[in-house]
Amino acid sequence: MKSKNRTITPLEKELLKAAEAKVLSSEKKSGDDIAGLHAALKIFKEKGLPAKSLEKWRNTDLFDWYQKAFSPVAEKEKFTKEVDDIFQCTVQGFDSNVVSILNGHYYSPEKTILQRFDNGLIIGSLAKAKAQYPQYFKKYYNKIAPVDANGITAVNRLFAEDGVFIYVPDGVEVELPVQLIKLVNKRGLMLNTHNLIVLEKNSRFTFLHCDDSINHDDSFINTLTEVYVGENASLDLYKLQNINDETVLLNNSFFNMERNSRLKVNVLTFNGGSIRNELHVNLNGEGAEADLSGLYLMDKKQHVDNQVYVNHNAPHCNSNEVFKGILDEEATAVFNGYVFVERDAQKTNAFQRNNNILMTSTARVNTMPFLEIYADDVQCSHGATVGQLDNEAMFYLMQRGIPFEDARMLLMFAFAAEITDDIKIETLKTNIDDMVKKRLRGELSICDRCVLHCTTPDKPIEFEIDLSKI
Amino acid sequence: MLLNIKNLHVAINGKEILKGFNLQVNKGEIHAIMGPNGTGKSTLAAAITGREGYEITEGEIIYKGQVINDWTPDKRANEGVFLSFQYPVEIPGVSMTNFMRTALNAKREYLGLPQMKAGEFLKLMEQKKKLVEITAKLTNRSVNEGFSGGEKKKNEIFQMAMLEPTLAILDETDSGLDIDALKVVAKGVNELKSDENAFVVITHYQRLLDYIVPDFVHVMYGGKIVKSGGKGLALELEEQGYEWVKEQFGEE
Repeated sequence: MKSKNRTITPLEKELLKAAEAKVLSSEKKSGDDIAGLHAALKIFKEKGLPAKSLEKWRNTDLFDWYQKAFSPVAEKEKFTKEVDDIFQCTVQGFDSNVVSILNGHYYSPEKTILQRFDNGLIIGSLAKAKAQYPQYFKKYYNKIAPVDANGITAVNRLFAEDGVFIYVPDGVEVELPVQLIKLVNKRGLMLNTHNLIVLEKNSRFTFLHCDDSINHDDSFINTLTEVYVGENASLDLYKLQNINDETVLLNNSFFNMERNSRLKVNVLTFNGGSIRNELHVNLNGEGAEADLSGLYLMDKKQHVDNQVYVNHNAPHCNSNEVFKGILDEEATAVFNGYVFVERDAQKTNAFQRNNNILMTSTARVNTMPFLEIYADDVQCSHGATVGQLDNEAMFYLMQRGIPFEDARMLLMFAFAAEITDDIKIETLKTNIDDMVKKRLRGELSICDRCVLHCTTPDKPIEFEIDLSKI
Repeated sequence: MLLNIKNLHVAINGKEILKGFNLQVNKGEIHAIMGPNGTGKSTLAAAITGREGYEITEGEIIYKGQVINDWTPDKRANEGVFLSFQYPVEIPGVSMTNFMRTALNAKREYLGLPQMKAGEFLKLMEQKKKLVEITAKLTNRSVNEGFSGGEKKKNEIFQMAMLEPTLAILDETDSGLDIDALKVVAKGVNELKSDENAFVVITHYQRLLDYIVPDFVHVMYGGKIVKSGGKGLALELEEQGYEWVKEQFGEE
């Protein structure tokens, strides 16, 4: 075997240096998971940051980003002003419980940093919760995401100190969605955060995870989210990604799903330099159901990669994946959908679809379904399309007097609507629809702020007509 | 004169389909264009409405006194040219109401009129739906998606009623229609007909002309009109078929 002569990139060099220091300092402290840190460091040394030579990273090349020595150590910001004063992203008219993370740390006044409500619901800082509720951490933390998944998760393990912790007890149905706003206000940082969301049996919860930028500073965001959905529990998770072109966002989410549980994930990617979402869903209990969808609207030289892994480990489970994207200019996208059906997972239904519209000849998409099936009584399907807007439909619309640009918009919006129509919170859906329209009009990416709270009033959006609402 | 087509030559991918087509249409008139398949009837409709890929190599289309050869399809539409499609396109995700209101307001904007209010629009829709006996709620239905053949054609006439064109071209509107639907469509057309507009009805069969009675009938063959006459000509064609046309004017 040839000896591996990997070039160590500036980012890897920076991370190694910081990791060694971190391990050293942890050894002096009690309470830190020294063994875990050592294991993660070993994996990182072995694997490094993912390179395009890896099969699963073939079409997502972050090499240029690794040339910047982003620092994985960020000072915790003192809570001096409300997050609304830094950034406003509470969706208009959308009632939610807002929590925020600034530069990788939970950002909140001391008294609300970890809240336990009357019904037993816990929302707060992961760092704080780790000390206060060790029982949950022992059971779930680092148990859902394998430490050796890849170099990126190892880096997260090494540096993530904080994140959001949510615990929904048995039988608690939380009406008010929780909205996480993640922000960065310093340049050159690599932000590693770790979220843990636990839904005990028969509970219900809605979580909205927003990644936003407040300026054009560069950053490298590496988020790990572990989710446990207990028996008969139900989770709706929306990811909204509207970051600047100078930012890399890596999102690794791992889900363990018990019997008859339900999961719905909707990943809405509006803007960002390079974004990769990995969803790892383990259907571990009979009758579990995962509904995974995504919409990406990219332009310039932006890149988005959705990697969806669904493991049917138990019989009678359903999974459904629909990801759609519109790519303009020189944008590139990847969709890889892996469905794995275990030998015992009979009566599995697994469907997968990826549709793309390329607006230019320079936009590119790589879409690849993988099915690995060991059971014999299953229904699986997959399909992928890459195309342009339908010329027949364009002419039909224009023949009715609708100008070219509007006709194009109408068709693009209709294409996207299949995903946004699925948003169950009406006010959120309306806001997302507006975001989609603005994005398609090219008005969103010029906005430094989350468009939901653009300071400039928007011109009215035409063809916003749904008479069913009149 | 509303429409004056002079020596029109149209090519698709370099192949000439229309070869010196002439037609004059005045307001208040109904013209039927008949002829065997593959003779350029639908090409004519595409050329008048400005469809991409239909290249005018010679001649002029003069509409309301202006040469419209280079006009975009939407400009022609907003100036009152309407095409009832032979094969209406399904557009998933675009609701009928959304579509119609966008179209209507595009026209109003073109004409310098204010946008129509939602309530007013809704009323107009209900009124025009009755004209073509559409009972289904259109609000939540995507354009033509899941419509039967008959519904699609009724929907074309419904759109025509909404947009009130000056020149309406009906391309094989009778194809795929049962007699009841045909009557409904014809009734819609007859109610919309006035002294201020004109219809060009493209059809292969005489059947539709029992219900939409033309003032002029033209026989098209080999990319141009080879014979014109009154409504009696349509009956003649019905009896004799198109064989004599082919014999008289040569096999393509």
